[in-house]
Amino acid sequence: MSILTYALHYEGEFNKNSLGAVSEGARLAKELGGEAGVVVVGGDDLTDKLCATLGKYGANKVYRGKAPEGLAQPVVDVMAKVISDNGFKYALFGGGLLGFEIGAGLTARLGAGVTMEVTAVKAQDGGLVAERPILQDSAIVDVGYVGEPGIIIGRLNAFDMAEAGDGTAEVVDVDVQLEDHSTKATMVQRGEQRGADVNIEDADILVAGGRGLGKPEGFEMCEQLADALGGVVAATRAVVDAGWYPYAAQIGQTGKTVAPKLYLAAGISGAIQHKVGMQSSENIVAINKDQNAPIFEFSDLGVVGDLNKIVPKLTEAIKAKKG
Amino acid sequence: MKICVLVKEVPDAAVEKRMDSGSKRLDRSGERNLNPFDTHAIEAAMQIREGGGVDVDEIVAVTMGPESAFRALHKAVSLGADRSVHLTDDALAGSDVCATGYALAKVLESESPDLVLLGQQSDDGECYTIGAVVADHLKMPSLTQVIKIGVEGGKLRCERQAEYGYDTVDVELPAVISVGDAINEPRYPSLKAIMGAKKKQLDKRSTGDVGIEADRVGEQGSRTSVIAINPPPPKQAGEIIEDEDTNETVEKIVSWLEERKLLA
Amino acid sequence: MGVTPSDFPPPVESPEEFVKDSLDGEDERIDIGVAIVGGGTAGLACANRLLQLLADDPQTMEALGEVPVAIVEKAKTCGGHNLSGAVMRPGPLEELFPDVTREQWRQEGFAFGEVKKEAIYLLPNGKTKLRIPPPPPQHNKGNEVVSVAALCRYMQQQAEDAGAYLLTETAATQLIVQDGQVKGIRSGDKGRGKDGEPLGNFEPGTDIAAKATVLAEGCWGHLTGAAIRQFELGEDREPMVWELGVKEVWKVPKPLDRVIHTLAGWPLKISAKYHQIGGSWIYPMKDEKTGDDLVSIGFVIDLDYADATTSAHDLLQQFKTHPMVRDILEGGERVSWGAKAIPAGGYWAVPKLSMPGALIVGDAGGLVNLAALKGVHYAIKSGSLAAEQIYRSLKADSTDFSAYEEAVEESLIGKELYEQRNTRQPFQMGLIRGGPLVNLMIATKGRFPGGRWKLHRNDAQPMFIGKTKKGYPKPDGKYIFDKLSSVFISGNATRDDAPNHIRVQTNVPRELAETWQWMCPAGVYEIPDDAPDTGDVDVIVNYTNCIQCGAITAKGGRLTTPEGGDGPLYRNT
Repeated sequence: MSILTYALHYEGEFNKNSLGAVSEGARLAKELGGEAGVVVVGGDDLTDKLCATLGKYGANKVYRGKAPEGLAQPVVDVMAKVISDNGFKYALFGGGLLGFEIGAGLTARLGAGVTMEVTAVKAQDGGLVAERPILQDSAIVDVGYVGEPGIIIGRLNAFDMAEAGDGTAEVVDVDVQLEDHSTKATMVQRGEQRGADVNIEDADILVAGGRGLGKPEGFEMCEQLADALGGVVAATRAVVDAGWYPYAAQIGQTGKTVAPKLYLAAGISGAIQHKVGMQSSENIVAINKDQNAPIFEFSDLGVVGDLNKIVPKLTEAIKAKKG
Repeated sequence: MKICVLVKEVPDAAVEKRMDSGSKRLDRSGERNLNPFDTHAIEAAMQIREGGGVDVDEIVAVTMGPESAFRALHKAVSLGADRSVHLTDDALAGSDVCATGYALAKVLESESPDLVLLGQQSDDGECYTIGAVVADHLKMPSLTQVIKIGVEGGKLRCERQAEYGYDTVDVELPAVISVGDAINEPRYPSLKAIMGAKKKQLDKRSTGDVGIEADRVGEQGSRTSVIAINPPPPKQAGEIIEDEDTNETVEKIVSWLEERKLLA
Repeated sequence: MGVTPSDFPPPVESPEEFVKDSLDGEDERIDIGVAIVGGGTAGLACANRLLQLLADDPQTMEALGEVPVAIVEKAKTCGGHNLSGAVMRPGPLEELFPDVTREQWRQEGFAFGEVKKEAIYLLPNGKTKLRIPPPPPQHNKGNEVVSVAALCRYMQQQAEDAGAYLLTETAATQLIVQDGQVKGIRSGDKGRGKDGEPLGNFEPGTDIAAKATVLAEGCWGHLTGAAIRQFELGEDREPMVWELGVKEVWKVPKPLDRVIHTLAGWPLKISAKYHQIGGSWIYPMKDEKTGDDLVSIGFVIDLDYADATTSAHDLLQQFKTHPMVRDILEGGERVSWGAKAIPAGGYWAVPKLSMPGALIVGDAGGLVNLAALKGVHYAIKSGSLAAEQIYRSLKADSTDFSAYEEAVEESLIGKELYEQRNTRQPFQMGLIRGGPLVNLMIATKGRFPGGRWKLHRNDAQPMFIGKTKKGYPKPDGKYIFDKLSSVFISGNATRDDAPNHIRVQTNVPRELAETWQWMCPAGVYEIPDDAPDTGDVDVIVNYTNCIQCGAITAKGGRLTTPEGGDGPLYRNT
């Protein structure tokens, strides 16, 4: 049973998210006893050398299509052809905007079942079952597919990169006639960075401050710690209401919902209105002087102590460690 | 220009969401409301009309849903749509993303819109980017997560938010655009508009009316099936450190972070 | 010698702020037939009864125009802000919908079983209980356990099917009075920011002109308060007083077989100095739709108390630690929480119920029999009587609804309230001194000692910082709950940058600040950690937590209507 994975490249590199998907595709293909194919679409910067590196992550064959990059619909055309020409049973995406758009387009094109925001995939009864969380991560649904192919769109960064395979993959060019509607969108500017916006939803590391900081100046401490960790500062509703930090950084029932790799909470009690906004974080560290604070019930590492003593020292220690 | 706005009725955000253990689907009893993301789509349609850059002849709200979904249409109309279309049919119950996208495309086909707008996702978390599914059936260009739309000549200049930055893309009409919630601040309906909504034209359509093939929708037409609903994996109980010697405490925290590769 | 809340009046100009003295022009306003402010049991009973009468009289219906009946409701749906015990006398609802059986009530999901057994207890302490015979007004056999939140949803559906226009998520902020007549109401603005400034999507309210306006706002009627001042409807009456109830609904493993009440006793303090009067209820609820066994449990306290640390929410949590209650709830799961104030003044405090162009129904008119803990059936009955009067008056082309007052007086409402007319007042003397008098009054149906006993306002009670708080148990998140997680399950979703709808002075003596802090079930009022132990302190108002129970208005502040759609979303309270 063969699996076709989409890999996004940007500025001459495949991103972490795509490589994770490629690794996962390879792992699953192996379990099912099939081939691991990868599709890449773009222009001349998709050199043979670059494409072949996907072999390091387990790809057997790389199908390369020529079309403007950054748009989903040309990729749908390419993948639909590759899937029907080669009999791939599953199409796998690592999430991200294009992953979702392409997967959704393929759903229509091939009349296929699709599962979105997948956090894990397992081989079961000779096929694949996708797991996805629902209801604010309070339950996990196992979804199976009827007929083929099946489309699996992962949550961003759900799949881990893993080196496997002997290093190089066969690169094959795909000759595809793009659909008429796939040529009706034109990229004018791609990937513009707008630094001013603090997007806490995309950050891997968040340092969040609450009332326990004592005063608005406490956020300076949080900012320094965030800097040292390479993260971004967030805030609870209470301190945003009090004017200590901007609304754009608010997390909680009425603020943003986040799921970073590390959520470090300083001076936050962990009331449920805040918990629902960050409970899916992978690693939760809490620093609070009240040992009965509810946050200690769901943190992975709880530190009972005075954050004014701990946070500055922690910042120094991390800077030293990182060198 | 004719704009169709796809809307969906979803459980109200304040209602505790639970799965019905019998049907393995979302328990849909309890308050329902117009999907908040769709209010941004309606607002976008209104701003295109009010912007004057192009003549908008009608804004039509379209939904696929059970009987009760007419409320979402009333709300859409009170926010500015001129009339609405309700695709409702028992045969559609249990449709998955594939089947739903197909059905929506068929009902939209019957309206021949120049522009289809919809919200990025639905509040019940069931699907993201259904716009892309619909667009492929309709053979129209599509973009999602759009946070700015400008009309210039017969084209749309869109800005959309991706995880790697902002793209500016020109799209020819007819097109399907899914808008992100950052695109605008939806207006509140005036009382007059709310009361007038009941009187605006609401057309009901069944699968037969728009040429939907029964075997491509509903539970039988769905291409995914829910096998099980499980609780999330139990979380390991957390560790607690009581700070006595702060230097020691900080060392422990740093090694904990290192173990988990968080200091990369 | 104690701090009196009324010495620190809230910054509010009533009735000036809440009465508009002219109608907008025809183009700006909406003209309707009958405007019903509040979609609770009283307002919905009025709507349904009126539409029943109009259905048989197309001529009068037409005279009311395109929108004959509209209900203005500030919650997202009718029932969203409704909360009560409740054990309801079935009569008035059966009269309103004669073709619907009680079995059907249960299938519809708002009724949970007929009361077969009941018991009243006095709890001397946190461990034992004393059974006492039910005082006559409290006989409940034959009554039905209901959820008003669910009942209102049902009644809303009936009203809509009958042709009513439902304007949910709409607050009524002003009464429009022109030439001494109520001409309608003005709806609230939407899209104002924290400081009241109009935001990008600001939508101003609209004048709704009506031939008849029904004030069915429930406890703490915002427009009702303004109307009472404007038309001096409180003249010659005792001041209204209130009680605050906090309620939870639990899903339990073994069904409860009886309706339980406790009167006074533990955990309230007996000392007269504390002025603590109250009690609790525990009602079984069999949910026919899901098959679940539920229990409604609540604690009610008279807002006349003097100890600033009195907290109805925490008293409920403390009450749950009694073995009698543990036995009922153990192994169960809390599914709902909420709070609401109840008018407790009784007969002598009921205002004049009509004015030119408008009338008052239900709790807004204080139509509650505290001795019997009954008010839902009065709300429905008064709503129906109001509808009948409006119908008669409209047919006669008149906006004089005063005959409604007599109708209420002659009905079961007037009769029963009269019997209990002096049963609240002696309690203001304290349980020990007042108790026996109350019993005498109940036993003699008010005849002895007769007369008219006075009431003093709740905010006239001097407050001191006492010891009630020492009994409150610590939250554990499973059986004993804190205020914040309780507010969460009430479904409260208020816009973060909504304007503040609570009027209080924000720098007051500590005794008053603590009164508010402890009293509020939603944790709206907080005192900064670094505030001094005595003297004046700042008060932080977390108004987005507010579940609109109304208690603050009794004790020195003022609840005004928040933006429509805000507040809790009660389902089965």
